[in-house]
Amino acid sequence: MNRYLLPGGVFLLLVIVLYIGIQRAPQKTVIPSALLGKPAPQFTLPVLGRNESFSSTSLAGRWHAINVWGTWCPECRVEHDMLLRIADSGELPLIGFNWKDDDAAALDWLAQLGNPYSVVVADRDGRAAIDWGVYGAPETFLIDDRGIVVHKHVGAMTPAVWERDFLARLPRAAALPGAVTGAVTGAVTGAVTGAVTGAVK
Amino acid sequence: MIAELGHFALILALLAAVMQAAFGLIGPAVDKPAWTAVVRPATSAQFVLVTISLGALVWAFVQNDFSVEYVASNSNSALPLLYRVSAVWGAHEGSLLLWAWILAGWTLAVSWRSGGLPEGFAARVLGILGLVSIGFLLFTLATSNPFARLEPAVPDGRDLNPLLQDPALAAHPPMLYAGYVGLSVAFAFACAAMIEGRLDQTWARWTRPWTTVAWAFLTVGIALGSWWAYYELGWGGYWFWDPVENASFMPWLIATALIHSLAVTEKRGLFKSWTLLLAILAFSLSLLGTFLVRSGVLVSVHSFAADPARGMFILIFLVMIIGGALTLYAWRAPLLRSEAGFEFTSRESFLLFNNILLVVAAAVIFAGTMAPLISDALGLGTLSVGRQYFDPVFLLPTLPLLALAAVGLHSGWKRGRVSDRRAAILWTLLAAVLVTLLLVLGVWEGAKILTPVGFALGVWLILSSLVDPIDRWRRKLTLTPALLGMALAHASLGVFVVSITAVETYTRERDLALAVGEAGQVGEFEYRLTGLSGVEGPNYDALRGEVVVTEGGKPVGVLYPEKRNYWVQRQVMTEAGIDMQWTRDVFVALGEDLGAGRWSVRAQVRPLINYVWFAAVLMALGGIWAACDRRYRREPRA
Repeated sequence: MNRYLLPGGVFLLLVIVLYIGIQRAPQKTVIPSALLGKPAPQFTLPVLGRNESFSSTSLAGRWHAINVWGTWCPECRVEHDMLLRIADSGELPLIGFNWKDDDAAALDWLAQLGNPYSVVVADRDGRAAIDWGVYGAPETFLIDDRGIVVHKHVGAMTPAVWERDFLARLPRAAALPGAVTGAVTGAVTGAVTGAVTGAVK
Repeated sequence: MIAELGHFALILALLAAVMQAAFGLIGPAVDKPAWTAVVRPATSAQFVLVTISLGALVWAFVQNDFSVEYVASNSNSALPLLYRVSAVWGAHEGSLLLWAWILAGWTLAVSWRSGGLPEGFAARVLGILGLVSIGFLLFTLATSNPFARLEPAVPDGRDLNPLLQDPALAAHPPMLYAGYVGLSVAFAFACAAMIEGRLDQTWARWTRPWTTVAWAFLTVGIALGSWWAYYELGWGGYWFWDPVENASFMPWLIATALIHSLAVTEKRGLFKSWTLLLAILAFSLSLLGTFLVRSGVLVSVHSFAADPARGMFILIFLVMIIGGALTLYAWRAPLLRSEAGFEFTSRESFLLFNNILLVVAAAVIFAGTMAPLISDALGLGTLSVGRQYFDPVFLLPTLPLLALAAVGLHSGWKRGRVSDRRAAILWTLLAAVLVTLLLVLGVWEGAKILTPVGFALGVWLILSSLVDPIDRWRRKLTLTPALLGMALAHASLGVFVVSITAVETYTRERDLALAVGEAGQVGEFEYRLTGLSGVEGPNYDALRGEVVVTEGGKPVGVLYPEKRNYWVQRQVMTEAGIDMQWTRDVFVALGEDLGAGRWSVRAQVRPLINYVWFAAVLMALGGIWAACDRRYRREPRA
């Protein structure tokens, strides 16, 4: 008699394991970045639409987020409004990482939809993205003031994700509006905005 | 508009499935024939509605309707028509819809072919299938609607994952699902039998052809996936013990056990509760496979879009369907005792060991697949289980299984002693050993320990499966499709074992660094890179190598491996150049640019590799042949 209950018992154990598995899945589906808790990879890349380059070393000492995007990616379009709202709130500077894209198309996109980024670098051949372990766009990395990768989000940015995974991780000081303007040198910000408006004209 | 129509049809299909399940299960229980009579029309309606729904999605893809989010994410206007259609099942939402459609199709087939069944039993079978349909339709509608609109629409889509832009992979999911879902029929037959508390030899005869056909589809589906991996993934492997591969292989092993166990139940009325358990397990593992792939619980190359909310839904569904069936089993199976006995060397006995070994094989794969999950759940850290585990533990039960099959094919039912057939067994074994010696010493060089074992078992199995048909033919006895199909399937298994042995032993491979004009040597074969040029496809551009292969100075052929860059997804894919011959494949794949004009080139020579898939297809054909046997085709009641 009892042996007929055995399959059900084994199945019950399996369900428990699967249930725990699902509870832990959210961290896993994000494909845990090998970079979490490690220093962010350094890059020196051309600034989109400008004849100059931008080095990640100038971001040292500031909390910031790096958003990987491309004009070829529909989900990037979906998250764009959210990025603009983040930029407006001034909670954290966004660095645009334009991935495997066409410069003209990218400038068009920013001119039409608005530019949420403090600075946009162009990784045209996708080489720098390899260091970051980027496997699809959009992806957003949160980097702290010591240059450590604190979090990585794959997929479109939503208000919920922003509050839960990004804002919640910030120390209070970094969330102050004042920190933003100082985060990236005003010169660069100005340069990019100038470039974008220039492209529109 | 068309998309909304598809969505609406899917909602109506859910209602039809609810009617199908409710009337199918309640009708016979309260003994109201009028209620029971609703089941078949509801089944037909469900099929028509899901067909409309799937048709609407296909239409959206063919018409490049990028206002549908699923189309925008998985297609592109430059995508060739074939892949626009196969893109329908290129990701989660559409895959589910395909699942639901195939399930509705199997259900309809059961409804049509169940004329000979008692009315109440047929209604219960269709009712159980309706419950499964409800689960899948509800899952699609609640968490994975493929018809959701995108606001604002995008001008062009994000394209189908380039990995999936391949003819074999276009056909792989439908075949695999046809197999997975087909196992639901055996499951429904088992549940209906348990509800009625009655299981006789007729029941087994009804269940057998359905199970065998589902198994054949599963076989072809797995083979297609493996073939694709071989020529498309760029490193010439054909099986990786990836969780998703395992998820399809476990139901296959259990279904194989079920086919054999059903044979015993049909012929001798034995193994009843065991057969029931296997029928439940086979379909449960199909569902579990879906869960593993779709929930993101296991990270695999196949889980493109995993979502924990979906995982929770499937888990609840699993608990209801599998948990329900196993509860029913614990309650009802004790009533279904088998009375007859059998002797140790009878066919029943061999099939019992066949079942045990197949279940052990499935269990060790299950353990290896779930180990990372269990270790993680217990907080023991992440664990990865690979070839080093799977290869040896899988051979442990399967090598004895092959030997048992070679002997067992000569055995008879009940008291049939193998000793009566000693001559046939010894002659086939002797012939197998001679062929093995010839192969190991004469044809190829460099045998490993298991090489002669593999050859001998494979050849022995081929010869053994031919003995009975030849014997009957010489004695002018009837050769039924069941008998011939069985012989073909077992002989194919032998071919499979021989080819796997040859591939695993005698594959020669080297990674070469070649500039144009340079050559490298792999065994007797010389690979000379004679040119590199750019070519353009419909939605990609590619670098195409020209590789001239010669064997001992004699020309073999010119191969054109490609490295394709798909524009929209910005993904680089390798397209291997393969020269296929009856005895071997010459394989070359283009690797990375090493600088200074040199490219890494992966060169391989694999003997007999095509027989691996060829044998799988033959095996499936054997199954279908056997399922066509006349004794399964009874006149439907008028």
